[in-house]
Amino acid sequence: MIPVRIELRKTGFDGFAEVQEYRKSIPAVSDYGACSNFVGTMREYNQGDQVVSMYLEHYSGMTEEQLEAIVGKAQNDYEVLAALLLHRIGEVQPGEDIVAIAVWSTHRKDAFAACRDIMEALKSTAPFWKKEQLQNEDRWVKNNSPGQ
Amino acid sequence: MAIKVRFFASLREQTGISRKQIAADGLETVSDLWLAVTEAPLDETTLVAVNKTYVGPDYQITDGDEVAFFPPITGG
Repeated sequence: MIPVRIELRKTGFDGFAEVQEYRKSIPAVSDYGACSNFVGTMREYNQGDQVVSMYLEHYSGMTEEQLEAIVGKAQNDYEVLAALLLHRIGEVQPGEDIVAIAVWSTHRKDAFAACRDIMEALKSTAPFWKKEQLQNEDRWVKNNSPGQ
Repeated sequence: MAIKVRFFASLREQTGISRKQIAADGLETVSDLWLAVTEAPLDETTLVAVNKTYVGPDYQITDGDEVAFFPPITGG
């Protein structure tokens, strides 16, 4: 079993600090020649409007299962030696991190590809929904743009 | 046949239903279930999961299933 950590978190986190912290917990063997990271952060503006805050809804149970399946597929498709996937749920403020992904591999090719595939699969198959609170109203974000 | 129906995000607000137990006798597919609850045909953008696994609109429901309907997902 390779080290994999998948977590939904209700409180704020620093994605890069989480990657550093997780790195300390995985076996420090010489095979880890590459680590690719993605950190997604909430923007203050969307579609020209200022967003005061955002609520991230999820489907408890299914969301976790989907994330596990996404990371599992990346493990099948690439050489993945360790992986971290952390995603916020609940109330999020502008500037706070929403998602952090890190993939360790022997070489950069698999690390880059696995990290990207996990993120794109998360965007299209993991059940999360964003509701934005604007100055005078709220609205559901309608869809994610593929690969943007 | 008892089915647990769940709606998420904008669909929960539109239907006013978060979760509901339905006596789904005579219903065969998830599309039938949607029609029975919302009185409208299933939109092709609506995603459906049965027991937390994605299914298509013609998926056959069985007693005890949890059927979830939700809009396109927007995480990450």
